[in-house]
Amino acid sequence: MINLSLVFPEIFLSLSIMFLLILGVFKKNSSKLIQNTSLIVLLITAAITFNETLLIQQTYLFNNSVIIDYFSSFMKIVTLIASFLVLSISYNYIKIFKISKIEYPILILSSVLGMMVMISSNDLIVFYMGLELQSLALYVLASFNRDQLKSSEAGLKYFVLSALSSGLLLYGCSLIYGFAGSTNFDIIATQLNSSEYALTFGIVFILVGLAFKISAVPFHMWAPDVYEGSPTSVTLFFAIVPKIAALTVFIRFLYIPFLNLIDQWQMILVFISIASMLLGAIAAIGQTNLKRLIAYSSISHVGYALAGLATGSNDGIQSSVIYITIYILMNLGLFSCLLMLKRNDEYYEEIGDLSGLSKNHPLLSLSLLIILFSLAGIPPLAGFFAKFYIFKSVVEQSMYFLAIVGLLSTVVAAFYYLRIIKIMYFDKEKEKFDTDHSLWLRFSLIFSTLLILIYFIFPSQLIEVISRINII
Amino acid sequence: MIDIGLGHYLTLGAIIFTIGIIGIFLNRKNIIVILMSIELILLAVNINLVSFSIYLNDISGQVFTLFILTVAAAEAAIGLAIIVVYFRNSGTIRVEEIDKLKG
Repeated sequence: MINLSLVFPEIFLSLSIMFLLILGVFKKNSSKLIQNTSLIVLLITAAITFNETLLIQQTYLFNNSVIIDYFSSFMKIVTLIASFLVLSISYNYIKIFKISKIEYPILILSSVLGMMVMISSNDLIVFYMGLELQSLALYVLASFNRDQLKSSEAGLKYFVLSALSSGLLLYGCSLIYGFAGSTNFDIIATQLNSSEYALTFGIVFILVGLAFKISAVPFHMWAPDVYEGSPTSVTLFFAIVPKIAALTVFIRFLYIPFLNLIDQWQMILVFISIASMLLGAIAAIGQTNLKRLIAYSSISHVGYALAGLATGSNDGIQSSVIYITIYILMNLGLFSCLLMLKRNDEYYEEIGDLSGLSKNHPLLSLSLLIILFSLAGIPPLAGFFAKFYIFKSVVEQSMYFLAIVGLLSTVVAAFYYLRIIKIMYFDKEKEKFDTDHSLWLRFSLIFSTLLILIYFIFPSQLIEVISRINII
Repeated sequence: MIDIGLGHYLTLGAIIFTIGIIGIFLNRKNIIVILMSIELILLAVNINLVSFSIYLNDISGQVFTLFILTVAAAEAAIGLAIIVVYFRNSGTIRVEEIDKLKG
């Protein structure tokens, strides 16, 4: 007998999506209502996940195609809370840009549903369906500001490249299915025959697809364009939420079916990780648009998270999960600052607009300073610890080259974060920005800044939660 | 007569797949051609899956194919919608003129 209570979160979320869609069609001017209901739905889903599945033993459902364990529940809760905060702080922005339609929160909910399916997938078919549900919603979100050329171009580019990467990923799936004889991750693990070259091809194709979704070099070229072109509230979503699900699938895919083939994928991951760290750090130097800069900085952060994965140890996985959690926190704060740069209903996103911010808005620039220092990895802020855990687990596996390149690219990356701080504190001041921010925006900025600031007092709390993740 | 076996089907799949990839990268004219190339890639995958499914005597490959067909239809619908939106804003769908975002 299948214990359906374990998939209650997904069932509840999909029923709510259908209900909200019908409500939005039949009730006029209901965008605000639907926005608020979606926020409540996200919170309730997180609560159900917490209640029903977090403390459960590892369980398989639906012919072993769905796995429910501590890792998947934890990642689902992080996804839900992150998307709750993202949706709540973006309301003012979408209202000012006149894109506050009923579809906006519903599309976000359906992409979250896709991510939840991806996170618990234990089968290539389920994994692919979750991935596509997520991507189809994201294509539309990227081109959501449909009267603006930039936004529709961002959507178009994202669509073409993402569909290409899904195709590559599927070709990999078909090869693995053919040469391992099953689509189920556990069965693939038992059927593995490492002398089969077609399997290596399959792994490479799937890694290409996943690296694209997580925007790692050499499949990063969409990220800066899409981040710049789409509306800032969507960029915020892109930068934070899909990374969690993609990283989870990365971990599950590499460590459940293909752990025995580690010799074949380890070098690929090391290469992707080094290339992302270096390119993210170097290419960001010349940027003038803050959203493009954030795109490159997220590429380099993904490189660090993948470095933890490349170690092939449980410590490495845990440090990657810690890294991505802290990365979400930092980016949430950074985007809250970006959404506060508003003057007379117009948003500013160039680095030059920050000039002299500290004279007019001392508190905002102080929190931006803390967040940027943390992104650069300066102790004792949370970003430093995140990098520290990664390097610790990398050095433990004696992968010194990876650790050295990582450290060097941290130094390079510090340059462009510090340049923003210099512009903010020492350049000539400009006009004041508006200060009538919504409560949620203030809350998420204060929340993320405080957590980054005081993380070093109780690092054991997060480590304790994450140390229960055991994949191998 | 040659016996047509798994290898032939896989070769056919690989050829169609390559044509699809090349179609995306070499095409400088029209975005619709890119959509067609994406469909080709997905069809190549379907050929692979169906032939593996027959060869392994296992049904799940064919189930996978049905899912892929459905998703491909949804993807084409969304892709065309985005192309229409883009055409309204810029008046062109020539690939070499899509260059507003760069840096």
